[in-house]
Amino acid sequence: MVSEHDHICWGGGHHHSGGHTLAVEGLCAAYGKTAVLSDISFSASCGQTMALIGPNGAGKSTLLNLLAGLMQPTAGAMSWNGVPLHSMRHETAFMPQRTEVDWRFPITVRDLVEMGRYPSTGIWRSLRRHDIEIVDKALDTLELTELQHRQIGALSGGQQQRAFLARALAQEAHILLLDEPFTGLDVPGMESLAALLRSLAEEGRLIIASHHDLSTAAQIFDHSLLLNNRAIAFGPTAGVLHEQNLHTAFGKRRLTVTP
Amino acid sequence: MNEFLQFLTEPIALRSLWACAVIGFANGFVSALVVLRRSSLQIGTISCALLPGIALAILLFGFMQLSILIGAVIAGLMVGLGSLFIARSGKADHDTALSILHTTAFALGYIILIRLGLQQKVDDWLFGNIMSMSNTDLWIAWGTGAIAVLAITVLYRPLLICLFDPRAATAMGIPTRAFSYGIFALIILVLVSSLQAVGAFLTLGLMVAPAATMRLLTDRAALMFWGGGLIGCCGSVLAFFLSYPLGWHPGATIIVLQGCIFLTAWLLSPKYGLLRHRS
Repeated sequence: MVSEHDHICWGGGHHHSGGHTLAVEGLCAAYGKTAVLSDISFSASCGQTMALIGPNGAGKSTLLNLLAGLMQPTAGAMSWNGVPLHSMRHETAFMPQRTEVDWRFPITVRDLVEMGRYPSTGIWRSLRRHDIEIVDKALDTLELTELQHRQIGALSGGQQQRAFLARALAQEAHILLLDEPFTGLDVPGMESLAALLRSLAEEGRLIIASHHDLSTAAQIFDHSLLLNNRAIAFGPTAGVLHEQNLHTAFGKRRLTVTP
Repeated sequence: MNEFLQFLTEPIALRSLWACAVIGFANGFVSALVVLRRSSLQIGTISCALLPGIALAILLFGFMQLSILIGAVIAGLMVGLGSLFIARSGKADHDTALSILHTTAFALGYIILIRLGLQQKVDDWLFGNIMSMSNTDLWIAWGTGAIAVLAITVLYRPLLICLFDPRAATAMGIPTRAFSYGIFALIILVLVSSLQAVGAFLTLGLMVAPAATMRLLTDRAALMFWGGGLIGCCGSVLAFFLSYPLGWHPGATIIVLQGCIFLTAWLLSPKYGLLRHRS
């Protein structure tokens, strides 16, 4: 049975005419009377990994929150394949920052991944065989099968992140929104997560992550949106992180960039 | 001992025993919410803030079960939501607002109760008097306990996502804010229904200790609810049996026993106990 939700974009990175595109147009957001984002527009397709880059307070988290439907924009629109993004809750999966998670919470890796089935099952339906197979597959894909009965706090940092990614896979989401996933990772940890995100994107997903480290952005993400309350540059990462753009975004506070 | 057995045949003793079991279970069950949300102190302040609601209800309507309940719920909500409102204004943080509002409310309640000439009753509201529970009180405790268990069981899956990862829950389309208010309302309902047994001061112990104990014994969230209920129920019943021969205050005995059970688990839990390596 193939419904439109089961669609897989084989060979991601190809151009799909009019489809599988996240289009953001004229997005504005404010906390109370303080405007945080104004007139953000970009479009991204499945197969891409995209970084949201900017100084502290630039609105990276706000933009992620808007995309995840955690807050309402004051103006503008977001659509996925031409349909309003938040009419399809299962399509976006959100991954919190590591420091935000209560790692002592009494759930196992499997419990966490099963949460991803919620948008499909709703409140009343329990997990069926189909759901259990999807959870098994997600655990297997991220090499967590042997760890599935561990409490989440008893995992290494990399394993914890894979567990959250497995939840996104179980959700069968096309758009993965990650809040600073590379914070606190050592170099091998960073490289393996970067490879993992790339392979998830190649299978036809769109990865969007806030990212604060300019020196690693080009290694990890093929596209970037540089912002500081407004969009300063958008496109392939190397081009976006151009001297002049960075000066506009970060001003004199800018860190030196190692190529 | 014979005297005690004789006492147990009295209806008031049976009623108190049932009250211990029902209130202990309901509190223990709901305590998992408090522990998983890590909001023990907030709940503690709110339980004390119920006092002015009770006092005002007595002032306005006299001793009426229902009006006292409603008054307590309104006072709890006013302090809980009021502190959130002050915190959202950005002028003071939530802890500060909650501390000021709840002590103010508590003091106000105390003044009203004294002015009403209810000094003797004050102790009962603060520390509980399980022997004074009427049949209606017992039914109310049954009802709120049943509502809490039913609501939590039916909504368990989305509830757990909300408790663990509220942002992802919202992104999945779960009405996280409605769940927050629902959790808050359930907690207040159970708090109020157990006020007569353990009082506004002590109720926090019964509302936290059972699930906190279970957390030391299990890594499964569902077991925190049911195990918490069991610990709350058995601990309270045991406390009732101990309090009579010892001549201790029953409500206080319940809380002391819950504390002892927690400390025992903290020391001896096979998984997380302090002494697990040395034994």
